[in-house]
Amino acid sequence: MNRNKLKGRIIIGLTGFSVILILAIIVIMISIIIYNGRSNFTWEFLTKFPTDGMTKGGIFPAIYGTALMVIVMSIAAVPFGTITAIYLTEYAKENSVISKTIRFAVRTLAVVPSIIFGLFGLGFFIKFVGGNIDNIFLGGTLKWAQPNILWASLTMALLTLPVVIVSVEEAMRAVPKEMREASLALGATKWQTIIKVVIPGSISGIMTGTILAVSRGAGEVAPILFTGAAYYLASLPTSLSDQFMNLGYHIYIMSTQSTNVDATMPIQYATTMVLLLLTFTLNFTAVIIRARIRRKKV
Amino acid sequence: MNYFENINNDDEELKPKDENTLDYSPQKGFTSESLKKKFRLSEFLAEKLITLIAFLSITIIILIFVFVFRESLPIFYKTKKAKTEKIISTNSKTENVNSNGQETYGVETKKETPTNSNGQEQYGAVTDNNKIKEEERKETPEDRASFRNLTGRIWQPVSDDPKYGLLPLFLGTFKITIIAMLFAAPVAILAALFTSNFASKRMKEIIKPAVELLAGFPSVVVGFFALMVLASFFQNVFGYETRLNAFVGGIAMALAAIPIIYTITEDALTAIPKTYTEASLALGASSWQTAFFVTLPAATPGIFAAILLGTGRVFGETMIVLMATGNAAMISLNPFDSVRTLSATIGAEMAEVVFGDTHYNVLFLIGSLLFIFTFTLNAIAEFYVKGKLVKRIQGKS
Repeated sequence: MNRNKLKGRIIIGLTGFSVILILAIIVIMISIIIYNGRSNFTWEFLTKFPTDGMTKGGIFPAIYGTALMVIVMSIAAVPFGTITAIYLTEYAKENSVISKTIRFAVRTLAVVPSIIFGLFGLGFFIKFVGGNIDNIFLGGTLKWAQPNILWASLTMALLTLPVVIVSVEEAMRAVPKEMREASLALGATKWQTIIKVVIPGSISGIMTGTILAVSRGAGEVAPILFTGAAYYLASLPTSLSDQFMNLGYHIYIMSTQSTNVDATMPIQYATTMVLLLLTFTLNFTAVIIRARIRRKKV
Repeated sequence: MNYFENINNDDEELKPKDENTLDYSPQKGFTSESLKKKFRLSEFLAEKLITLIAFLSITIIILIFVFVFRESLPIFYKTKKAKTEKIISTNSKTENVNSNGQETYGVETKKETPTNSNGQEQYGAVTDNNKIKEEERKETPEDRASFRNLTGRIWQPVSDDPKYGLLPLFLGTFKITIIAMLFAAPVAILAALFTSNFASKRMKEIIKPAVELLAGFPSVVVGFFALMVLASFFQNVFGYETRLNAFVGGIAMALAAIPIIYTITEDALTAIPKTYTEASLALGASSWQTAFFVTLPAATPGIFAAILLGTGRVFGETMIVLMATGNAAMISLNPFDSVRTLSATIGAEMAEVVFGDTHYNVLFLIGSLLFIFTFTLNAIAEFYVKGKLVKRIQGKS
């Protein structure tokens, strides 16, 4: 009996320890990054260009590039994700082969390694689509068949599509069935019901999906390694066929290939801090909106 | 008795009512014709369009497979003639890579980087001269990724006699995966067990969002943390020589895998019917015995799925390994040696490779292998494990 109790203590202790370990890792990671980055985290840092061979100055072009990419990405991912969610909730029969296949595809899309999206972006968007555009419309001049912000954003859109689909679908399922039935009973067609009842009812879900997708897209680097991110650009991208600087890529390059790691260390920490704060704020907002949706459902 | 009678009465009352309402409608002027759905073109088009777009995700999966695999195909049938054609077409593209500013900057600076000794950086410092040399070299017949070359023991894509041995890359990937899973799986599963069985409601409200927070960490940030903090810390503790190695990478990778394993395991554990735990408790088992001998075994398929998906994540993760493992392709079983994984190889070399080159095709081949592997893991987790879990909960096996 006594031995049993001891065993129980050990096991509960072990499980508790695992939880504490995870929490401790999170706290340590955040505090080390913020501790080392805080002194450089100033308004100038956020709004200035890098100077002195990237050892001084700010990260404005990286922030700008990330924002631009994320916007183009959302324009591509959100409508398609929402429409897929509409299909899954409103049109597809539950447990039919088609909806099962689509769900499987969405889940597969969510687990495909991000570097594969990068390869796909290179092989499909840059070489195939871009190459054909150049050959057919521009008579072979090289414009679209090279890494740029459009291809990077579209690659990222594929990566974030499942995020949008899953959260929009959740919100659409939270719209009560009675509301749809009421709308149909009043003589509205199915399409009118979707436009006037289902979509307005799940607008917060669409927002959550967008925010989560933006947070994911801002943090991923692997897909844009060779589809459009650049190490250093003297000017901001002005068209979609330009390359761009990106926060995550900036961190990667600065920390692995910088001339003088010691000199750029504060900049690296501060950049990491900016990226971390950005994704956290976005995730936190999404969590709050999502919690409100769930409360509404009950 | 009364109770049953009531039910019967209710049924009797309901039945005629139902029939009445059914009979009613046609008499009120509704014919079966008028009740039929009207055909509306816009409705029809909208539905078709939505269906079409919904198929997009399936199309993307197929396209990914086709296009990633297509770029790797020339390895298998490339003849000398096809190669020379490619060289002509890539000449213009090579210049393009150089002109985007990124390369020239990298060349100047790469000399003093910390990872210089590992071979990756030498590659990074490809100068224009080297590239010209590469193109000349391509015409030699030895430059073909034969099967023997691909299964070789040396990965040395940039040299006079390029070697595309995938063995060290596979070994590195498996080494990292094993280290990461050895750390991540127990921690995540035990933590999930704690949350589902022992934690109070308030504790749950702290733990779950915290793990979600960890899932939201961009992998670059984890990689950066491993590179800057973990590497030095472990070097002080264990006193090994190479600062960036498989162990550091594995631990950092575990941080990325923990949230996935935790979430899926937790879902599987909470999906176990309450009757199971109640029966166990009623038989006199203590709460930890219930958790360990009833809940945990009942959820094994779910936990298995969690481990599979965690493995898939670790297998394909790029940024963390790129930053924290040293990226030296060597064959060794020592966890404190540098490694180079499949995904990191793509990430590090693709930006500098010549389009259409054998090296380029080999990198796409690696990509196809990665894709097939994660796809299979996901499919197993999806179909086999889920079916089993459902059956087990319903008591059919």
